[in-house]
Amino acid sequence: MSKLVSSIKEAITQMGLRDGMTISFHHHLRNGDFVLNMVMDAIAEMGIRDLTVNASSIFDVHEPLIGHIQNGVVTGLECNYMGGKVGRAICEGLMEKPVIFRTHGGRPSDMEKGTSHIDVAFIAAPTADPMGNCTGKYGKSACGSMGYAFADAMNADKVVVITDNLVPYPLVDYSISEIYVDAVVEVEQIGNPAGIVSGTTKITRDPVGLKMADYAARVIDASGLLKDGFSFQTGAGGATLAAAKYIKDIMLQKNIKGSYGMGGITAYMVDMLQAGCFEALLDVQCFDLDAVESIRTNPKHMEVTATHYAGVSGKSAGVDNLDVVLLGATQVDVDFNVNVHTDSNGYIMGGSGGHSDTAAGAKLAIIIAPLTRARLPLVVDHCLCTSTPGSTIDVVVTQRGIAVNTKYGKNQELKEKLLAARLPVCEIEDLKRMAEELAGVPKATAPQGRVVAQVLYRDGTLLDTIKAVK
Amino acid sequence: MRRSMLFIPGNTPNLLMNADVLGADSIILDLEDAVSPAEKDAARILVRSALRSLGYKGCEVIVRINPIETDFWKKDLDEVIPLRPGMIMPTKVSCADDVRTVSDYIAQVEERCGMEKNTVRLIPLIETAMGVENAFAIASADPRVAAIFLGGEDLTADLRCKRTKEGNEIFYARCRMVNAARAAGVDVYDTPFTDVDDIDGLYKDAAFAKSLGFTGKASISPRHVAGINEVFSPTQADIDYAHEVMETIRMAKAQGKGVVSLRGKMIDAPIVTRARQVIEMEKAIFGGTEDDE
Repeated sequence: MSKLVSSIKEAITQMGLRDGMTISFHHHLRNGDFVLNMVMDAIAEMGIRDLTVNASSIFDVHEPLIGHIQNGVVTGLECNYMGGKVGRAICEGLMEKPVIFRTHGGRPSDMEKGTSHIDVAFIAAPTADPMGNCTGKYGKSACGSMGYAFADAMNADKVVVITDNLVPYPLVDYSISEIYVDAVVEVEQIGNPAGIVSGTTKITRDPVGLKMADYAARVIDASGLLKDGFSFQTGAGGATLAAAKYIKDIMLQKNIKGSYGMGGITAYMVDMLQAGCFEALLDVQCFDLDAVESIRTNPKHMEVTATHYAGVSGKSAGVDNLDVVLLGATQVDVDFNVNVHTDSNGYIMGGSGGHSDTAAGAKLAIIIAPLTRARLPLVVDHCLCTSTPGSTIDVVVTQRGIAVNTKYGKNQELKEKLLAARLPVCEIEDLKRMAEELAGVPKATAPQGRVVAQVLYRDGTLLDTIKAVK
Repeated sequence: MRRSMLFIPGNTPNLLMNADVLGADSIILDLEDAVSPAEKDAARILVRSALRSLGYKGCEVIVRINPIETDFWKKDLDEVIPLRPGMIMPTKVSCADDVRTVSDYIAQVEERCGMEKNTVRLIPLIETAMGVENAFAIASADPRVAAIFLGGEDLTADLRCKRTKEGNEIFYARCRMVNAARAAGVDVYDTPFTDVDDIDGLYKDAAFAKSLGFTGKASISPRHVAGINEVFSPTQADIDYAHEVMETIRMAKAQGKGVVSLRGKMIDAPIVTRARQVIEMEKAIFGGTEDDE
């Protein structure tokens, strides 16, 4: 028996895809992904219309989606993150139906709870066998972890695996099992390796970024959480990576043995694992080649599903035991609500990803961001979009001051610890004032058009809406 | 407190906006070598606006102006003096007259703007063989002079030798500068360590400068500031000893003793002076004021 079919179109026909259905994609190939565009082009040529695309993330490489939306092939869009190109078109009124934004934890959980139904999942797989066992660890398009794709495979009615590295059955070290897979398609290339993972992720050399990183590391050290058993997540941004390096230095200096590092994994987290800072890495997504190599070879570097990472439908998740997470922000308001969906003009250029999941789970959720960007203050009265509720944020670190969130009846003790550590603790209103003194008070820009996107919290409730800019 | 002195190119808005958060005791907003001739006007406007609107609380502000042989230095002073920077750094200063020329022009600008006289101080940059030979004359040329600063890169060009990490070629200049400054009663800064990535080398170079008597050291990279501050700060042992000295003196006075000793060593005036300096630095570093960031 073999599940191999001759082409993507053949798979689409066999899966019974028809007008009005929902299809899904994962984003492990990031900005190097060919699969979403290949499948959508095939669907468009076959004359199927009125589809909802549920992709864990939309990148700029997916710009051709705009044409499919204009032509009525796609009428619904759901994702956890959206790059600026499609985001801008959405904010200019491209689509009738609002985009639905979820979180990395909310998306799989909504699938598992049945509130988000997938008819056909198309799973890009860097290596697969003819029965559909597949993995991201091997192959010319290797992406490492395939954490976000598990929920699609397990919950969609039909599952198509698309690979550019077909190996004989059985694939030994598989991630997603054949038991979920209906069809396998071999194609020449599922993605551009240069866009899938970075060669290396680099620590910032920007002195302001390093200053913020230094403060963030000192906040973590002073919080009392940096001790044996420490668990930690950080993003791939230059300043957060620098903070991770400083944390590593402190851990090695004080001989602290952490428990686990989690999230999108970079070379720096791998380095911390190898240096003995952590017992394990829980990896939902690899960001660079070192991370891919590590997940392939080091048993302590574990692939986890998005539900295991951050979901709310399981009995527990990795985020629930997280001590500290370092997060970014485009805007923070005086109630500590954080915007990572839009830029300061209201155009979509991001999304929650795991932002609100980790902030909700971590004991200490730290926002690290410069006080001003391109002459605009970070701290505002009201965020243009609330991506992560202020009640789940504990500290905002900027280069000019550190605001501790005591507004929700918590963190008083933390504030005292940071003051005792001689850190420049101030109120969030002080940060706003300092930024406005430097950059002036910006002209208010609140988009007033119709609702073009709904932002769902990790439990599926409506957190905010995004309005059309034009 | 003058341990670290960080160069900020006058044509980099993002660095200018954040110059005071990078940990340096003093910042040098540079209108000279960091800025190409075509950008002199733009940098001058940027530095002027930065001085006007950013405040730079908690660190000493120095503006490095162009050499007096150029057409730029008077324009530089016209723009920045009304905004009362702490110090002006004249460049390629080779003799006392160079200092007086700049000082006189600053006085004119101060008068023109109705400013109190002699509020702006000077830190001449000595970076020629002639300048080194005239270091004492320069350091004592004018009441505005608060410190002198050795520029090793231009100096070695003038000496026709190679600038090395070991710095043997500037050893004479370093010693002469320290002696001249101390004789004139002003501070003295060492030349920057220019290998940005060599942090160990920076520590060594700074420690050597400190051992010769320099007040502090300049830096062209924010990444060197923490190391310089560390080297030029008193150690905990220094601080503890200084307190012990002061306590011994206090007790001796209370007991009416004239001569006292600590750990078998007589405490004389220089030891007390040194202890006071250490305690002053301790207060400046750890004093708990708002400015100690």
